[in-house]
Amino acid sequence: MYKWFHQLGSPPTFYRWSGLWLPWLGITCFILFAVGLYGGLVTAPADYQQSDSFRIIYVHVPAAWMSMFVYMVMAISGAIAIIWRIKLSEIMMLSCAPIGASFTFLALVTGSIWGKPMWGTWWEWGDARLVSELLLLFLYIGVIGLYSAIEDKRKAAQAVAILSLVGTINIPIIHYSVIWLNTLHQGPTVSKFDNPSIETSMLIPLLIMALAFKLFFGIVLLLRARNEVLWRERRSQWVKNLVGGTNQ
Amino acid sequence: MNVFLTILKRDLILAIRYRAELLNPMLFFILVIVLFQLGMRAKPAVLVSLAPAIVWIAALLAALLSLDHMFRSDMEDGALEQMIISTQPTSLLVLAKIIAHWLITGFTVTIVGPVLGLMLGLSIDATKILFLTLLIGTPILSAIGSIGVALTVGLRRGGVILSLLVLPLFVPVLIFASQTVTTYIAGYPIAASISFLLALLVLSMSLAPWATSAALRVSVS
Amino acid sequence: MTEFLHMGGYAAFVWSAYGISAVVLIASVLLPIFEKNKIRKRIQRMLQEDQD
Repeated sequence: MYKWFHQLGSPPTFYRWSGLWLPWLGITCFILFAVGLYGGLVTAPADYQQSDSFRIIYVHVPAAWMSMFVYMVMAISGAIAIIWRIKLSEIMMLSCAPIGASFTFLALVTGSIWGKPMWGTWWEWGDARLVSELLLLFLYIGVIGLYSAIEDKRKAAQAVAILSLVGTINIPIIHYSVIWLNTLHQGPTVSKFDNPSIETSMLIPLLIMALAFKLFFGIVLLLRARNEVLWRERRSQWVKNLVGGTNQ
Repeated sequence: MNVFLTILKRDLILAIRYRAELLNPMLFFILVIVLFQLGMRAKPAVLVSLAPAIVWIAALLAALLSLDHMFRSDMEDGALEQMIISTQPTSLLVLAKIIAHWLITGFTVTIVGPVLGLMLGLSIDATKILFLTLLIGTPILSAIGSIGVALTVGLRRGGVILSLLVLPLFVPVLIFASQTVTTYIAGYPIAASISFLLALLVLSMSLAPWATSAALRVSVS
Repeated sequence: MTEFLHMGGYAAFVWSAYGISAVVLIASVLLPIFEKNKIRKRIQRMLQEDQD
C-alpha cells in the first residue's frame, strides 16, 4: 500500500498514469456538460418568479462551489507538501491557484450578472456570499502573487503553503461575519441565492453541472501539474526519452 | 521570559529613538481622516454615520504602513536568525514583537482615534464604544499583520504584496469593529459583536505567533 | 427556438453569463495545452545545446 502511494508520487509514474486517464476524463466531462447544459437550459421549467434568468445558477453555483473546493484542495496539498515533503503535492497546490482564481472570478461575474435582474444592482455588499467570494479572489491572487514574488521557488512554495493554510481559517470567519452582521440590525436577511426548496427537475441539471465542473477542475489540474512535472524533471532521463526521442 | 522582555523593551526603545518611524503611520492615520472630511463636504448627519468606518479604515491603512518595518531591521542585523535558533520558542519571541508593534502603533491609534471620532461628530457614548473596538481590534491587526510581514520580509518590494496578502485577513475585523459602533448608535445591543471581536483577538493572538514563526523560518532559510 | 434564445426577456443576462463561462473554461484548458508545447520546445532546445 505504502509502495503504491510512494510510486504514485514519483513523477514519471504520475505523468504516465495521468496521460492515460486524461482522454477518458475529457470525454466524460464533455458528456456531463452536454447533459447538464441541456437540462439546465432546455428541460428545466422556467422559474415562477425569476423566469429564465434563474438559469444562470447552472454556471454560477457550480463555479462558486468549485472556488471553495479548489481552495480546500490547495490548502490540504500545501499542508501535505510541508509536513511530508512530497514534491507532487507541492506541484498540485501551485497548480490549483490559477484554476481556483478563475472559478472565483467566474462566480463573481455570473453572480453579478444574475444580481442585476434580481436585485437591480450589479453588486450587493450585504450579501455574505458575494463578499466572501471577493475576498476569496484576493486570497488566490495573494497566493499567486507571493509565489511569483519570491525568487527561490522552494522557499516560495513553502511560504505559499503557509499562506493558504492561514487563509483557510479566514474563510469561515469572513463568511459568518457578513451573515451575522446582516442579522444584527436588519433581521435575518435570506441571501437571494438561497433556494431552500428547489424543484427536482431544476436540481438535477445543477448536480450534473457541479459534477462536470469538478471533473473539469481535475482535468485542468492534471494538465497543469503535468507541465510543471515535465519542466522540473527536464534534466532527467525519462523526460529526455519522452521529449527528445519522439519528435511529435 | 527574559528574552521576551528584552525584545519588548528593545523594540520600544528603538521606536522612541527613531521617532520618525513611529510618527509616519500616525500622521497618515490623521491625514486620512481629515482628507475624508475635506473630500466629502458632507452634512454632519452623514458624516456621523460614516465616522466609525472612516476611523477604522484609517486605522487599517496606518497598520499596513507600520507593519512593513516590523521585522525588517531584525532581518538586516541578523537578530531574526537569533530569534529562530534561540532556545526560547520562536512563537513566544514573535509574540513579544507583536505586542511591541501594537504598543507603538495600535495603542496610539486607539488613543487618537476616538478624539478624531469626536471631531467627526460622534457622541461621547459612541466614542467610548469606538475606543473599545479599537482597543480590542488593533492588536488583532498587529497579530494578523505579522504573518504577512513574515512571509514577505525578504522581498525587495515586499510592501506592495504585504498589503495584498493581509487585506483579506483584515476585512472581518474591519467589518465587525466598525459595524459594532454603527449598531450601537442605532440603538441595538452590541454584546454579541464585542464577544466576536474578543474571540478574534484570542484566536489571532494564539495562532498568529505560531504561523508567523513558521513563515519566518521559511523566509530566513 | 427563438423562445429559447430569448430566455423570457433575460437573453442578455443569461447568454452573457454563459458566454463568459465558456470563455473562462475554454481558456483554462487551452492555456496549459499551449504551455506544454512551449515547454516541449524549450526542453528540446536545451537538449540540443547540451549535445553541442
